[in-house]
Amino acid sequence: MFKNQRAQSNIPNYIILSLLALFALVPIAILFLNSLKTTVEIGRNPIGLPEEIRWENYSEAWKEGGYAITIRNSVLMMSLTIVGSLTIAGFAAYALARLKLRGASLIAFYFLVGTSVPPQLFMVPLFVMWRQIGLINTHLGLIIIYCGLYSPFATYLLRSYMVSLPEEFIEAARIDGANNLQVFRRIILPLSWPGFLTAGLVIGLNVWNEFLFAVTFLPDPSLKPVATSLFEFQGRFSRDWGLTSAGSVIMVIPIIVLFLLLQRRFIEGLTQGGLKG
Amino acid sequence: MLSSRSTATAQKNTSTAFGQYSFWATLGRWSFILPLLILNLIIVIIPSVFGLLLAFTDWSGYGPINIIGFENFNELFQDGVFFKSLTNNLIWTALFLTIPIAVGLLGAYMLSGIKRGQIFFRVAYFLPYVFASVVNTQIWRQILHPRVGIGPILADYGITFLDFPIFGTRETALFGVAFVDGWHFWGFLVILYLSAMTAVDVELYEVARLDGASRFQQFRFVTLPSIRPTLVFTILMITIWSSLVFDYVFIMTGGGPANSSEVMGTYLYQNAFQRFDVGYAASIGVMMSIWVMLAVAGFIYLRRRGWEI
Repeated sequence: MFKNQRAQSNIPNYIILSLLALFALVPIAILFLNSLKTTVEIGRNPIGLPEEIRWENYSEAWKEGGYAITIRNSVLMMSLTIVGSLTIAGFAAYALARLKLRGASLIAFYFLVGTSVPPQLFMVPLFVMWRQIGLINTHLGLIIIYCGLYSPFATYLLRSYMVSLPEEFIEAARIDGANNLQVFRRIILPLSWPGFLTAGLVIGLNVWNEFLFAVTFLPDPSLKPVATSLFEFQGRFSRDWGLTSAGSVIMVIPIIVLFLLLQRRFIEGLTQGGLKG
Repeated sequence: MLSSRSTATAQKNTSTAFGQYSFWATLGRWSFILPLLILNLIIVIIPSVFGLLLAFTDWSGYGPINIIGFENFNELFQDGVFFKSLTNNLIWTALFLTIPIAVGLLGAYMLSGIKRGQIFFRVAYFLPYVFASVVNTQIWRQILHPRVGIGPILADYGITFLDFPIFGTRETALFGVAFVDGWHFWGFLVILYLSAMTAVDVELYEVARLDGASRFQQFRFVTLPSIRPTLVFTILMITIWSSLVFDYVFIMTGGGPANSSEVMGTYLYQNAFQRFDVGYAASIGVMMSIWVMLAVAGFIYLRRRGWEI
């Protein structure tokens, strides 16, 4: 694309880009290195290679941090939130993209308002409502909230996929006598799976990392997801740097693997939806 | 623009009273979007309205609700801690509107000039953005720790400016937290700016170079004007997000020491869940909403004036 533009040398570009890459990656590398050191060694050698690799940090962090339980909690909430919001958003996106709704602009405005309200404004009353109906300290309660928070984003993303689908397929199905629901199931769903995948990944990532609502609505330690449990773990072992570093690595390993495998989709989804991570 | 187009469609629809525009057909179509609307109503809209109303009460979260008019707001305007939080949110906004945007533009401009290795750099810059706040704060809490961090090591070589508790000192706590949040955020901007920059017409650069424009001049007079919509969009987003910041401050300093890094988000949380002053917390929520509304209004105003954003 820039073939003609750069008669100039590329070397300065690469120098600056490499410095920026070091700035992004070195702190992450330090976390990984420190997760294999004893706390005493971190004090002596805070950023270098470990003298002696200490894998025990991981088994100990896994046990002390209760990861067997918290990962289960997180995965449960992630999967149900993904299924719930993609179902809701899939239907809504279909209606917005393909069915001629009167007042669609009103809906767009409604969601502009609905998604720019600060969470802090509605969080406290929501907490009171949830307490009233007994949804505090339940995974279901938080899953419903996550579905409410993330389905507008998913709708937006899926709608842009569905708008670009070729009209002929839908017309053909209609001529065969398919109703709206059948068109959705037979034509729209199979054709827009990349959109669903992207939206699902972003929602999963957000649930995995989410902090504010999790810390507020799930105070019970046995129900906590990884994020807020790690926060509490870090507080409990605040002097044990090797251990807490290992705990943090456990939390990011699945994200790094998924991100490296599907980076294009992650980046596309996260930069399109205007979600804050 | 969006609204005028859909009004035209709506008028066309009303002219057909039967067939696919009958009552039942309309209801059928709306039923696809109803779950989304209802869920949003329950999770966001209704509690937000309650939030607005609670700001005019002295409710503790339990028991009777007394309406006290603008009492909370009177108190808020005389509350030194609230003033401190608001100032910190403004400082935060100023920091994020300058440093991450500058670094983001630099990274994106450099990236747009290369082909080899572009994917590696994109992934590297974006990686901190997908990490949880609890992890990123752990990374930097350790690196910048006064005892087990790089401060004491550098001090051995005579570099002393990091050899003190950055997050435990009043003058630096907020800046330290903003640095950590900014570290995880700038890569996101690189990607946004890069995709805007790759859409710029290459011929514009050629013309500029024929006129003898330096690299910086090309950036200033070709790149910047061409990516203005994206730039304005990120400015709007940063302005909104800076009023909502919570995670990084809550995790790293809890607003301390002595409220020196308090922001509206953490102060609201404290009032609602530690002091049980729900009414007061709600009034802080209203102030945050006003901030967001002003930002959105500015955005709409610019759009009305014909800015392409």
